[in-house]
Amino acid sequence: MLSPASAASSGLAGRRRWGRGCTVEELRARRREREAALRSARRLQQLVSKRLLREDELIEDVCVGTDSGTTAPVSEQEVAELLSNAHKGTEERIKSLRRLRWGLQHKETQQTFIRLEGSMRVLIGLFTSNLADLQMEAARCLHELSHAQDPEVVEACLPATSYLLTYLSGHSTALMELCLYTLGNLAVETKVVKKQLLPQGIIPVLASCMQSPHLAVQEGAGYALSQLLQSKEAAEEIIPLVLGSGLSQHMLRLVCSDLEQGMGVAVEFAWCLHYIICSRVNNSLLVSQRTLPTLGQLLVALASTMTTTTPAEGLELLVCPVVRCVSNLLAEDEPCSGELQAQAECLLRAVFVFIRSFLPRHLFIVQECLWLLNNLTADDPALCSALLSPDLFPSLLQLLHCQKASVLVLTVLCNVAAKGPAHCQALHQKAGLPFLLGALALSDDQAVNQVLELAHLLFLHWPEAAIGFVDHSGLQALERHRDNLLLREKVEALIRIASQLAAPPQDCPLEASAEDL
Amino acid sequence: PPSQDGDVERHLSLQLQGALSGGPAREEAEEAEEEAGAAAAAAAAAAFLCPAAGCGQTFSTSESYEHHYALLHREVCASCKRSFPSAHLLDTHLLEWHDSLFRLMAERRDMYQCLVESCAEKFKSSKDRKDHLIKVHQYPADFRFDKPVKSKSTKTMTPPSRDHSVPMDVNIEACERSPGDAMETGPSETAADQAPQPGMENTPVSPPSVTQLPRPRIPPSICFGQGATRGFRSRKKRV
Repeated sequence: MLSPASAASSGLAGRRRWGRGCTVEELRARRREREAALRSARRLQQLVSKRLLREDELIEDVCVGTDSGTTAPVSEQEVAELLSNAHKGTEERIKSLRRLRWGLQHKETQQTFIRLEGSMRVLIGLFTSNLADLQMEAARCLHELSHAQDPEVVEACLPATSYLLTYLSGHSTALMELCLYTLGNLAVETKVVKKQLLPQGIIPVLASCMQSPHLAVQEGAGYALSQLLQSKEAAEEIIPLVLGSGLSQHMLRLVCSDLEQGMGVAVEFAWCLHYIICSRVNNSLLVSQRTLPTLGQLLVALASTMTTTTPAEGLELLVCPVVRCVSNLLAEDEPCSGELQAQAECLLRAVFVFIRSFLPRHLFIVQECLWLLNNLTADDPALCSALLSPDLFPSLLQLLHCQKASVLVLTVLCNVAAKGPAHCQALHQKAGLPFLLGALALSDDQAVNQVLELAHLLFLHWPEAAIGFVDHSGLQALERHRDNLLLREKVEALIRIASQLAAPPQDCPLEASAEDL
Repeated sequence: PPSQDGDVERHLSLQLQGALSGGPAREEAEEAEEEAGAAAAAAAAAAFLCPAAGCGQTFSTSESYEHHYALLHREVCASCKRSFPSAHLLDTHLLEWHDSLFRLMAERRDMYQCLVESCAEKFKSSKDRKDHLIKVHQYPADFRFDKPVKSKSTKTMTPPSRDHSVPMDVNIEACERSPGDAMETGPSETAADQAPQPGMENTPVSPPSVTQLPRPRIPPSICFGQGATRGFRSRKKRV
């Protein structure tokens, strides 16, 4: 039941501009394109993204303000000229760097830059200079480079990491923010992390950034940490270090902090917690820090604001990792669900608020919620009863015909049915035969497999259900799946059981046939 | 979870979050500020004047002023006017270059603290520390904030260099404006301050005798405004 951390390896992230000039259609097309790429990457276990901080007006400034060619790659000679310091005033040098930064959005220029002798040295020189504006512009150039897809370009930034980290102990919020996102982007390359960032003390530095009073710095630290924590090696090298520094408690605090202002902060640290929890490095520590009830409380609070006001933009991005954290902690072997006892039913209701509010736009939240519902109901008869209440249960049943949700809905119903005769009787009454027959008509093998499981539990605990099932031509519905090799055995066993139960009382012991399944 | 759609959404949001700078709330604030800034700029040319003594630089936005101030006037050595990117680096500098007892103490025990703030190690000499920084922390050999305080003849006093072999030093203009600011600037105090004081008692823990210290202009424990120049303060014995 634990979700795998999305493994990071080679860069998938590409560069896209998100300027104000894009039309909605373009944005949609872009989103679809990205989504397709991410989905295929997900299958390969390579979910890697980088975040780009860029100021719109600057882009427009360069775009509009200078003549043609601004969007074209910059030639080697021009890169060299832009970097040269001789005979230039600060204003002129800032302009040169701006032009360079604009060029560095192109792969070609990135390659030209890293191959040009001494270029990184000069850029770092500007970055560490005491000319404030020049320094910022150089930092933005480094940020562009960090956003490159090519690992070679990212590795070329290695000499800058000690300075990027040094400035995180400074006082300039704008520079810190830029350094944090640059480091977060660089952290995608495992080599950079192992070779430089960890030895240079990135974890303690990020820990101090988390204490910053500035939301932008907190969010940047969260982003950088989440990038570190989702790498493949995180479980061995990074997560123990992060837990050892006591960061999980601060993360929890920031996830639950002022959501009206710091939604971005909460999102970043919620993902951090998720990556830590699903690594299972030391979940008993997180349990001891009351992570489960605290996040459960957060979900309840979020749901209650959602019922009264329109949900904040992007709330789903927070709900998703928090729901996962709670689900994963519930799935831990040690019994920590007891901690949730008092609020469990509130949480159950919160889950339904999310399901209703996020449908149909954010189906992925519904999936996460159903999974949480599954973990909540797995060992808790009282919650199973609560689930059957008339204000919740119909919403659950409705999800059966939602393609991505049907298996999960049936799994939750199996949890209920497994609790024994009383629950099966209620289930039989409330869901009824039409539901079971309708579920059997689903085209998804996995779903049908789950229906067979459910039917078996129902018949076993509440034989009346079997009688009704046979009377309503349930056996014929089962027959349709007989040709399916994957399901055949179960189908046949269930037909046998149902027929026996529906037949006038004989000596056939129920348990014996049940074992066939 | 049974589905990784949530991960896809997360990464989509990361990739599409371009052009933002710290969340929507901040963006709005910035936009408002921009508008206000533009209006103000129309009325008066330079909106922000750096109040630091002898600086006098002007800035069109509060961000660039804040950044300038943080960079140049927050962690400044009172004696040699060098500014440092962090309090830790300034403290280390003050201790090593402006604490007259330092040399004496360094002879008795390891006193050169690692420049990585989270690292507790101390070393016999700055050379040993440098080796440690390179070997353990993968720092560059020419780490910019580990350069010795130079005597009077400083690079920054020379006219802008054409020499491409030393492109790391980019402090020229600031020096023109306020000669004391450059990080590469040598100490304004004489070298005598840095030399070990022969007549001093060599008890490492005793507070330094006040008369032999370079006098800070401001009591070391006091910071004005957003932060101010800091002078030497005894780090050895604080009650």
